[in-house]
Amino acid sequence: MKFIDEYRNADDSKRIVDKIKNILRHNWYIMEICGGQTHTILKYRLEEILPEKITLLHGPGCPVCVTSVEFIDKAIQLSFHKDVILTSYGDMLRVPGTKYSLLYSKSIGANVKTIYSPIDALKLAKDYPDKKIIFFAIGFETTAPATASSIIQARKMGLKNFFVLCAHVLVPPAIEILLKSQLTKIDGIIAAGHVCTVMGFKEYIPIAKKYKVPIVVTGFEPNDLLLGIFMTVKQLEEGRYDVENQYKRAVREEGNMSAKKIMFDVFEVVDRKWRGIGFINNSGLKIKKEFEDMDAEKVFSLNTQIDEIDTECIAGLILQGIKKPVDCLNFARKCTPENPLGAPMVSSEGSCNAYYKFGSVKINN
Amino acid sequence: MCLAIPGRVISISNTDTESKIAKVDFGGVIREVCVDWIPDIKIGDYVLVHVGFALNKLDEKEAEEILNTIKNLEEN
Repeated sequence: MKFIDEYRNADDSKRIVDKIKNILRHNWYIMEICGGQTHTILKYRLEEILPEKITLLHGPGCPVCVTSVEFIDKAIQLSFHKDVILTSYGDMLRVPGTKYSLLYSKSIGANVKTIYSPIDALKLAKDYPDKKIIFFAIGFETTAPATASSIIQARKMGLKNFFVLCAHVLVPPAIEILLKSQLTKIDGIIAAGHVCTVMGFKEYIPIAKKYKVPIVVTGFEPNDLLLGIFMTVKQLEEGRYDVENQYKRAVREEGNMSAKKIMFDVFEVVDRKWRGIGFINNSGLKIKKEFEDMDAEKVFSLNTQIDEIDTECIAGLILQGIKKPVDCLNFARKCTPENPLGAPMVSSEGSCNAYYKFGSVKINN
Repeated sequence: MCLAIPGRVISISNTDTESKIAKVDFGGVIREVCVDWIPDIKIGDYVLVHVGFALNKLDEKEAEEILNTIKNLEEN
């Protein structure tokens, strides 16, 4: 398929890896932020063909994994409200909250539907005027404009039965938290190409300078990633800390102005709690006052008290690149995609799920 | 979650809600996609699609450029 297959050519992969070996002098720790990229790395065995001096760390770029337990519990509560149809993306349904997941709540009678796009939730609201359609919105800057657009559309269509539980999060504040942390050694960053498709990459320039890390905006095919790693290594070996763009076919420096505009017309930036990491300042999006008649948290009464979870899951350490999935005692034993102890094993972007699915790596424990 | 797939625009129309909707071909699978954020969209363009919305047009020249960069790595 065009724009996909061309970037999977094995001869090209070898060419890039040879070039990396050619310029490599030191040990480097490089973190890919996006869970989609983690899956490509595992699926195509990129770690196995890269020189040992390069360690790839897997970052927190899995929105399903970082959505806080409180939000999942709220969604579960909402799914039991009278006349409610709770909608969300597939992966979100399987993530455990305090006691159970949305999928379990569906199995005991709640009305929960998987959707592919917020437009599907709008269609439901139009087709079922006597029901209240709640869209549980998760995702990074890639996904937030679509949610914003659905809110604007609902207003235009005069829908009174469409609501959003908004759990959107922003990438750069999380990157800063990781770079500030003394627990994770990160020499270079592979930035998430699709987040930058919307946002552009100007906001990464001060981060690269402040923390002295090269940041390379990278695509999702195996050769995109290898080239992104090559560009990062080249900068590191030359002692440069610039923001570069490997993914020029999709990412422009200013991003997509229309998508950004609609996003900030509807949302404002707030502090947000990330599962496994904690509160991160200015890392979340909240529905603005002028649209709060569609904000599920404002419209529906919710009990937000949650019990402390006692879990053996080390997702927090994995999401920060401090540990790898294979370092977990429960990996592939007590914790599997069928019986997940935590979100990274559930999500199709979670690193535990990637290691389990494409597991070529021996378990360390 | 940030998965986005490239597809080719085969037709464009406006809906009753003034949204611009395009039919996009993903290697044989045709889906309706909202193209509100791509002001200069035209038939034959390739777009990157995420949760039913086109995020950006794909630049064919840049796509080719990357492949040339890889081919020329050995010589530099």
